[in-house]
Amino acid sequence: MNIDHHIPDEILLAYASGSAPEAWSLIVATHLALCPQCRERVSEHERMGGSLLESLPPEALTEDAFDLLMKKIDGQPEQEVTVKEPVVWVPSVLPEPLRSYVGGDLHALKWRRLGKGVLHIPIETKDGQAQARLLKVPAGKPVPTHGHNGDELTLVLTGSFKTHQGEFRRGDIETADGDVEHTPLAGEGEDCICLAVTDAPLRFKSLGAKLVQPFIGI
Amino acid sequence: MANDVADVFSADDLVHCLLAVGARQDRLAFRVLFDHFAPRVKTYIVQLGCSHQQAEELAQETMVKVWNKASQFDSEKAAPSTWVFRIARNLRIDAFRRESHPELDQNDPSLLPAEERPADITVEQKQSEQQLRKAMDELPQEQMELLHLSFFQDMAHGAIAEKLGLPLGTVKSRLRLALGKLRKKIDDDQMYTSGLSE
Ligand SMILES: [Zn+2]
Repeated sequence: MNIDHHIPDEILLAYASGSAPEAWSLIVATHLALCPQCRERVSEHERMGGSLLESLPPEALTEDAFDLLMKKIDGQPEQEVTVKEPVVWVPSVLPEPLRSYVGGDLHALKWRRLGKGVLHIPIETKDGQAQARLLKVPAGKPVPTHGHNGDELTLVLTGSFKTHQGEFRRGDIETADGDVEHTPLAGEGEDCICLAVTDAPLRFKSLGAKLVQPFIGI
Repeated sequence: MANDVADVFSADDLVHCLLAVGARQDRLAFRVLFDHFAPRVKTYIVQLGCSHQQAEELAQETMVKVWNKASQFDSEKAAPSTWVFRIARNLRIDAFRRESHPELDQNDPSLLPAEERPADITVEQKQSEQQLRKAMDELPQEQMELLHLSFFQDMAHGAIAEKLGLPLGTVKSRLRLALGKLRKKIDDDQMYTSGLSE
């Protein structure tokens, strides 16, 4: 599998530094599962974090901090020795951490209608800044046209879609910022399931889509 | 003063300490790790805007995790500083924002594995710690500032732009530039060192 469209460096950095909202981190981590190249970059960025930590001026803890700590450690309930179970190969379409966020692989999903044959599942995260959802667009159909108030990242999980920027397949990330208006079109043959994260509500262009926005919690 | 004592230990010493804690819960080794990392983690948390008391608590929690997870430390995959940074980062996200930091699962069957790397790559990994440090020191002030804001102010790009009075696009492109430069610098150095060794 060749991934042609990656996550921009500055977003990988936000993930590595811990400054990205949870929904962004979710899409980054899910892309990482499918993309060794970005995985490598995130390790680089985390090394920067380690290096910066190393260079910080140390600030002494209270006198008895170590003794308190050892008391705490000795008082812990016996650590469960986690023997790693041999991995059973269960083929799944959704990689971790996404799979845990939606409660299982594709067969476990309960889709809701979004209009024009498009289905979706809002994904709960605790951050108020960004929103994540799974979208399922029928093969050959357009994803509802929208511009953005903010940034949007879309990760393809099954099928494909096309924009003026090219074709996006499993593992690919489409990045759209505030200025882009795009009309992704799902590829033929297979429904396109993708994870989409926005940092502001989408502005759907068609009146129908606009009217239902308040009710479906986009 | 206790901190000065800890600082006589090299990066390799810290690796050995961490391995000793992982293998046999070595308390003396753990003391070394504590003296080295806990005060730095405390500074890290204070810089993120926490009270000294909160910072102290989180530094302690970080060290509990270090103790409990030491057996999972893999010296070929990360330096101790990077490993501790990840633990502290995830704990503070959990503590401040009550969010989690979604992580990929290395044992997930759907994970696409990287291609096998030649054995000497781990040596390079070690060199790259120092190279990275050096390359970061050479970054222009304005780019280094952005890295600092990302790591120590918990600021999303929009917030950074607002704070610095810059357009969002400028913040992003400046960050990209800094990261690109760092990567190029490290790649060049590695090519140079591997060229020498042949
Ligand atoms: Zn990638």
